[in-house]
Amino acid sequence: MQQLGSTIAANRFGLGARPGELASIGGDGRDWLRAQLHHAPPALADAQLASCQEVLGEAFALQREIQQARRSGNDVQQKLPQFLQPIYKSEATARFQQAVMTDRPFIERLTQFWTNHFAVSTDKQYMAGLAGSFEREAIRPRVLGNFGDLLVAAEMHPAMLLYLDNQLSVGPHSPTAIRAGLRSRGNNNRPPGINENLGREILELHTLGVGGGYTQYDVTTFATVITGWSVGGGNGLWASGPPGRFVFRPDQHEPGPKTVLGRKYGDKGYEQGVEVLNDLAQHPSTARHIATKLARHFIADDPPPAAVERLARAFTEFGGDLPSVYRVLIATPEAWEQPLGKYKTPNDFIVSSYRGLSLPVDAAHGPLAPFELLGQRTWQPGSPAGWPDRSADWDGASALLKRVEWADAVGGRLGSRRNAAELAPQLLGANLTEATGTAIARAASAQQAMTLLLSAPEFMRR
Amino acid sequence: MTVMQRREFLTAAALATGGALITSRLAFARTAAGGRRSRFVVVILRGALDGLAAVPPYGDRDYGRLRGEFALRAPGQPKGALPLNGFFGLHPSLGFLGQSYAARELIVFHAVASPYRERSHFDGQDVLENGTTVPHALQSGWLNRALAAVPGEHSRDAGVALGQNVPLVMRGPAEVTSWSPSKLTGLDDDTLARITDLYARDPLLSVRLADALMADRVATEQQGGMAQDMSAAPRVAAAPNTAPGQAAPPPANQPPAAPAPGGAYAETVRAAAGFLRQQDGPQVAVFDTTGWDTHANEGGAEGQLAGRLAALDKGLATLKGELGPVWKDTAVLLVTEFGRTAAINGTRGTDHGTATMAFLAGGAVAGGRVIADWPGLSSRALYQGRDLMPTLDLRCVLKGVLDEHLGIPARSLEATVFPQSERSRALQGLIRA
Repeated sequence: MQQLGSTIAANRFGLGARPGELASIGGDGRDWLRAQLHHAPPALADAQLASCQEVLGEAFALQREIQQARRSGNDVQQKLPQFLQPIYKSEATARFQQAVMTDRPFIERLTQFWTNHFAVSTDKQYMAGLAGSFEREAIRPRVLGNFGDLLVAAEMHPAMLLYLDNQLSVGPHSPTAIRAGLRSRGNNNRPPGINENLGREILELHTLGVGGGYTQYDVTTFATVITGWSVGGGNGLWASGPPGRFVFRPDQHEPGPKTVLGRKYGDKGYEQGVEVLNDLAQHPSTARHIATKLARHFIADDPPPAAVERLARAFTEFGGDLPSVYRVLIATPEAWEQPLGKYKTPNDFIVSSYRGLSLPVDAAHGPLAPFELLGQRTWQPGSPAGWPDRSADWDGASALLKRVEWADAVGGRLGSRRNAAELAPQLLGANLTEATGTAIARAASAQQAMTLLLSAPEFMRR
Repeated sequence: MTVMQRREFLTAAALATGGALITSRLAFARTAAGGRRSRFVVVILRGALDGLAAVPPYGDRDYGRLRGEFALRAPGQPKGALPLNGFFGLHPSLGFLGQSYAARELIVFHAVASPYRERSHFDGQDVLENGTTVPHALQSGWLNRALAAVPGEHSRDAGVALGQNVPLVMRGPAEVTSWSPSKLTGLDDDTLARITDLYARDPLLSVRLADALMADRVATEQQGGMAQDMSAAPRVAAAPNTAPGQAAPPPANQPPAAPAPGGAYAETVRAAAGFLRQQDGPQVAVFDTTGWDTHANEGGAEGQLAGRLAALDKGLATLKGELGPVWKDTAVLLVTEFGRTAAINGTRGTDHGTATMAFLAGGAVAGGRVIADWPGLSSRALYQGRDLMPTLDLRCVLKGVLDEHLGIPARSLEATVFPQSERSRALQGLIRA
């Protein structure tokens, strides 16, 4: 009989037990989780992956080529997706491999959690080629650091600036806007100005949370604070600077002091935005927002208020030091009380299946197809809010039938090369019910036994 | 037992374990006043569709100033709007809706908004779907609670969500299902029976599996209908009992899905029509569309938004074609969480706003009208100096449709479907008598 602690540690905090993992965790699982916090987060192994700067430099050049070709009547629109899609596939495959192979699955789950918190989505231009480098460059190195550093790195990354349109945002009284205004006198063209998108989502999604105490005035003012936060190598007014890298454009920055959330910030150009972000990172509403999301992810869809309170206090007390917050999370009794309190997302379900069955992530054989089939394409949540994190968002009838059908196809592929009856206690540990054990033992074939293992109620949840 | 009979038996068994008593699928069939069996489709436009672009008020004297280069011109002019009533037009990409209006099968609502007055997409969508005035006030949706309030016997799966999961608007006490095409081979009956058994003590999974099998059966009965059109794989039919180590294509080798012929929404609307065409199938269908959050380079008569509107319009035209004779009994409601700023922003797009438009289309709709108490677009008329001012509560529209089209009793509309909405009276005469 496996201990409940190791089962919860591997399946809820980790990404699903691998054969032998529960036995090696031993104890109550908490030490195993704490030990994963000790060293720098692991980088992805694949040296072939290109940096954001390389991808975006090439993509901008291609985009110009496409525009020129269009002027001469050629349709080469497909060139950009043809360039970006292979990058997406390599990146998502490398991430999948890491999730399946890692022996620090808690860190990998946290990485995925934070990428989803600062979500970009591949259904917007360029993002298919940038989502992977965004995660590797902005998120992954900082998941064991300070939240404030993570916040600034995420907002300054070109993927985020492009995803939420900030690279074009221009202060209405900036030199650029004034010049454009003079030029456009008498014609119908509106001079460039601000775009609220990034400013709003930083406040609503990344820091304070909706209802966190900001107003429309704060949104608009904060958007002017980060005017000039842009990406090098674009078109026209946005051409200067190293292609594909963050640049601050002083000419597009709204001049003067600004008041956000009642505090006045002097104009120090680029620094003005960093100062606001630093204050946002330490705001009590941010602590509560992050605590709620962590508790929802690791405890329950509707997390116990006491646990949220404890995490929020830790977030504030330790000045946003994330490992300290994780230690409090690990020590939170509520996280260990409901063994199967969370319904797996498709990503959880797929990754835990691959880990549990020791399936290879084979880059040559469409490794991303399961994500497509089961409805959670990597890095494509479709909105800056990221993927939802409650059972009701994932437990649809059709979604369940697809998991079962996929389990059956996996079983068919493996045949008798895996023994579901032997694997069941190693994957499900203390959660394994007698009903599931009996059903697997009595299965008519190895395929059917595998289908039953992966479809079992205790494998659908974590 | 033939395969089909056995599957029917399994479905019934699964339903029984799900804890519901099923008498007959005819239990789905309900009729509104007048003996007609109504169908209702709800399309959620996620991301806040720009109502001033979809339904341009070209007759408003402030409109051109606010919209600048993207202002749509009056009907008849180059790249002009499609005609509605001499003041409002339709975006030129909405050709099918324009025809529907002319055929008196479309009502356009304008300056309409849910009770939500902030500018978060996600809270806005929550209020749009939960039917209250407060985000996250309820974990169920108004459409589901309306189905639960249908007088007479309760039935399963009166509603279907096209997609793997069910959006909030359709979640709640009434049994509903979801359906999406499968690219995998179906399960053999023996395995299915064992899984049904394994789920017997799990209240969530047993119900979900039963619902999925029910939807699958309804879909498969559409011989030559959507199953064929969509390569939806007649999964319920002869699935051979797979021997160990054999058959079942490796999921890893699946090629990525090819784009559906007939536009972005073709697959979804064909599936919806396939369900709704059935005399004893679901009566209500819901699906999502995205891509309406046009912060930058929105475009005017042509461009980004124009392309998305054209795809939506084409999807609606396909829906009408696929519904065939059932179209005359159908109402299709298109709603979004809120509108966008009245003026173009500094990056040739629009930011989050307040009031917007809604569409009610279909053969059952008493159409050919624009319903709007137009607040104007002068600086003083705008909400908080920036957005179209709401003058119509969207719940008035929803209540009117649910009352006249689905026959939901007024007391249920007030008590459970839209709690605390008594001041927002149902609009009358939206549906043909």
